[in-house]
Amino acid sequence: MAQSQSQAQSQAQSQAQSGKSAYKGYVRTKDARVLAAPPSEAGLSGWLYHNIFESMSNFSSPAAAIGSLLMAVFTVLIAWFGISITWSLVDFAFISAVWSDPDGLKREACWTVDQGGQLPSGWHGACWPFVAAKMKFVMYGAYDNDQLWRVNVTGIIGIIALGWTMIETLPYRRLAGIFLLTAYPVLATFLLTGGNFDISYEDLVTVIVVGLALITAGRLSDRGFLGAFLAQISALFGVSGWLLIAYAVVAGLLGADAGLRHIPTNDWGGLLVTLVVAVTGIVAALPLGIVLALGRRSQMPIARILSTIFIEFWRGVPLITVLFMASVMLPLFLPEGVNFDNLLRALVGVMLFSAAYMAEVVRGGLQAIDSGQFEGADAVGLSYWQSMRLIILPQALTHVIPGIVNTFIGLFKDTTLVSIIGLFDLLGAMQAAINDVAWASPVQAHTGYLFIAALFFVFCFGMSRYSIYTENKLSRDRKH
Amino acid sequence: MASEKSIFLSVLNDTRSRSLIIQFLLLAGIVLGFSWIVENTITNLAAQNKSVGFGFLSQTAGFNIQTTLGTWMFDYEVGRSTYLDVYYIGIVNTFVVAFFGVLAATVIGFAFGIMRLSHNFVIRSFATVYVEVLRNIPLLLQMFFWYFAVLSALPDKRGKIEIIPDIIGINITGLYIPSAHPQDGFMATVIALIVAAVLTFFINRWARLRQQATGQIFPAFWVGAGLLVGLPLIVFLVTGRPLTWVIPEFLETGPILRRGYQDGGILVIPEMMAIWLALSLYTAAFIAEIVRAGIQAVNKGQTEASSALGLRRGPILRLVIIPQAMRIIIPPLTSQYLNLTKNSSLAVAIAYPELVSIFAGTALNQVGKEIEMIFMMMSVYLTFSIATAMFMNWFNARAKLVER
Repeated sequence: MAQSQSQAQSQAQSQAQSGKSAYKGYVRTKDARVLAAPPSEAGLSGWLYHNIFESMSNFSSPAAAIGSLLMAVFTVLIAWFGISITWSLVDFAFISAVWSDPDGLKREACWTVDQGGQLPSGWHGACWPFVAAKMKFVMYGAYDNDQLWRVNVTGIIGIIALGWTMIETLPYRRLAGIFLLTAYPVLATFLLTGGNFDISYEDLVTVIVVGLALITAGRLSDRGFLGAFLAQISALFGVSGWLLIAYAVVAGLLGADAGLRHIPTNDWGGLLVTLVVAVTGIVAALPLGIVLALGRRSQMPIARILSTIFIEFWRGVPLITVLFMASVMLPLFLPEGVNFDNLLRALVGVMLFSAAYMAEVVRGGLQAIDSGQFEGADAVGLSYWQSMRLIILPQALTHVIPGIVNTFIGLFKDTTLVSIIGLFDLLGAMQAAINDVAWASPVQAHTGYLFIAALFFVFCFGMSRYSIYTENKLSRDRKH
Repeated sequence: MASEKSIFLSVLNDTRSRSLIIQFLLLAGIVLGFSWIVENTITNLAAQNKSVGFGFLSQTAGFNIQTTLGTWMFDYEVGRSTYLDVYYIGIVNTFVVAFFGVLAATVIGFAFGIMRLSHNFVIRSFATVYVEVLRNIPLLLQMFFWYFAVLSALPDKRGKIEIIPDIIGINITGLYIPSAHPQDGFMATVIALIVAAVLTFFINRWARLRQQATGQIFPAFWVGAGLLVGLPLIVFLVTGRPLTWVIPEFLETGPILRRGYQDGGILVIPEMMAIWLALSLYTAAFIAEIVRAGIQAVNKGQTEASSALGLRRGPILRLVIIPQAMRIIIPPLTSQYLNLTKNSSLAVAIAYPELVSIFAGTALNQVGKEIEMIFMMMSVYLTFSIATAMFMNWFNARAKLVER
C-alpha cells in the first residue's frame, strides 16, 4: 500500500517536472494526518462520557432535561451510598479492627472505655482475636484437638483430586474423577470417623462368597450354559454380584482397625460438617437423580408417575421441613434398635431433597439431546441401558455440569439449615461462638457474621464463576 | 416342554410385556417398602404408647404466641384456643410474610434488574455488586444478621426512634404504626371501589375494541386510574370520612416500668421485620437476574424495528420489549415466589411464629404427634406448590407464542 502510494507520488512529481502535464484533478500527495479520537470517544474521558455522563446529558426537551437531572441525582446518591457502605465495611474489617490480643484479655480486648476496656469511646471495629480464638471450633467443631490432621489430610486429598479433575491440561483426569466418586468417600469416612465400625467379618466372607457365586453364575448363564431363560437375565446376576462385593469391601475397610480413635459425629462441626453434608448430598444425589430423571422420561407409566410424584413432593416442601421429618420421623420408620445419629439423619434428608432437584437438572440435559441420538442408539441395536450409558448420559451430563454446580451452590448455602436441627455447621458453630460470654462485646456478632459471610461468599462466588466458565466453554464447543 | 419355554422367552423378550413386568416389580417393591415402613412405625408407636389420630387438634394449647396478624385474626388466648387455631395462626403468619416479601422482592428485584442493564457505570456496578453479594450468602445468615446484628441495636423498650414523629416509631419491641378502624358507613367506600374496578374493566375492553376497529386511542389508563382513586375518595368524603385512625401511644413520663409503647395501633414484631428484610432482599437478587436475562433475551431487532416505526423509547419499552420479556420472566419469577414462601420457614430459627415454628416446633414438642403434625405442615407447602405449578402451566399455555 505504502509502496504504491510512493509510486503514485513519484509519478506525479515526474509529470510536474516535465511540465507537460495538464491539470488532472486533485491528487493527495501526502498521507492525511491521523487525528486523535475526540475526547468523548477515547481514553478516560471517553469512557467517563459513555459510561456515566451520556445518560444525564440530554437537554433537548424539558422532559429529557428533567430525566437527565434525575439521573444525575440518582447517580450521585447511589455512588455516595455505595462508597459509604464500602468504606464502613473496610473501616470495620481492617482499619478500626483489633487484630491481636497479646495480653489474653478476651472480651476486654474489644471493649471501649465506656464498657471498661481501653478502646476509645464510640469505637466500632472487628474483633479478630475472637475469630482467631474460635477458629478451631468454627472449622472443626468439637473434633479432638490431637486428631485434626485426619480432617486436614481428608481435605487436602479431596482438594488435590478435585483440582486434578477440574484442570483440563492434566492427564488421567477421568481416573481422578472416578477416585473422587468411589474410593474417596470411603477413605474420607474411614479417616474422619476412625473406622472400627462394628462389622462381623464372618458375615462379610459369606457376602463375598455369594457375590462371587453370583458373578460366576452370570458369566456361565451369559454363555448359555444354564439355559436360555437365565441367559436373558445374566446381567442381573453380574450387577448384583459386583454390588455385594463392593459392599463387602467397603464394610471391610470401615470395620478395619488402623489404630485411629473413633470420633462420634456429634463431635464434628463447623466447616467440616458443612462440607460433609453438602458434598455427600450432591454426590449421593447424583445417581438417584439420574435414575429419577430417566424414570420421569420413561415410556412406562408407573415408573413415570412414581418418579414424578417423588420429585414434585421433595421439590414442593421447604428443606427445613425435610430436616424436621428426618430428625423426628425417621427413627419411627426404622425397625427398633436401628439408630441413626443426628448427622446421618440430616444426610438422608438432604440427599433425598437434592436428588429431586438433581433429577430436574438431569432431565433438562436429557431434553436438550437430539432425538436422533436416541434413534441412532436404537438403530445400532443397543439396549436401553447400553444406549443410556454409552450415548445419552455422557452427553446429557456434560450439558448440565453448570446446572449441577448451581445445585451444589444452592445446597452449600442451604446446609446452614442443619443448625436448626441441632448440628453445628459453619453458621451454627459461629452462632454458638457468638453466644460465648467470655468474648461478649457489642462487636462480637458483627465480626462473626462478617467472617462467615466472607467465607460463604468466597466459596459460592468461586463456584459460580467456575460454572459460568464451563458454560461458556461448552457453548463454544457446541459451535461448529 | 420346549414350546412352553420358548413362549416364556418370547414373553420376556417382548418389549410391551417386559415393560409390564418391570413396572409390576417396581410397584411391588414400592408397596413392600412402604408396608415395611408402616409396620415399623406401628411397632415403634406401640412401644411408645402412642396412637395415631387427629383428636389432639381440639385440645387447648398451653403456650404463648407473640402478637401477630394470625393471633389477632383467630383471637388467640392461652388455655382457650386449640391446636387447630395454632395451625391456622401458623398458616396466616407464613402467608403474611410471604405476601409482603413477594411485594418487596418484586419491586426491588425489578429495580435492580433494570439497573444492571443501565448504561451508567455507577448504577450498573452497584446493582451487580448487590446481586453477587446477596446471592452468595446463605439466607439464614442474612436473617441472623438483620435480627441479631441490626435490629438488636434498636433503642430499648422505653426509648424509640421516630420515623414519623408521634405517628410511626420503632424500638426493640417492634415497629409501631397507626391502625385503621372502619366505622359504620365505610362499606359504601368499599362498594364504590368495586364499582370503579368493574367500570375500569369494561372501559378498557371497550377502548381496546374501539382501537382495533377504528384505530382511535382512548386514554383508558388515566381514566381507569382516575376512577379507581376518585370514585372511592368522593364516596369516602361524602359519607363523612367513616374511618378512624388509632395512633400508638407512647408514655414518656410516669413510673419507669410503665413507660414505652402502650396499646393502640399495629405492632410489627422485630422477628417479622428481620425475616421480611432478609427474604425480600435475598429473593430480589435472584429476581434481578431473571429480569435482566428476560430483557436481554428479547432480540435487539425488536428495538430497532420499533424505532424504525417511529416509536419513542417509552412506548418501545412498554409496548414491545416488556410484553415479550414478561413471557420469559414470569415462569422463573413464579418459582422464585414459591421459593420465597418455602424459605419463610427459616423463620423458625429466630422464633417468628409461623407454621414450622409454632406448629412443628412448639406444638409438636407439647403434643408429640410427629406423623400427623409434620404431614399437616408439609401439606400446606405442597398445596401451595401445586397451586403455583398449575398457575404456571396455565400462564405458559396462554402466553405461548402463537406459531403458524
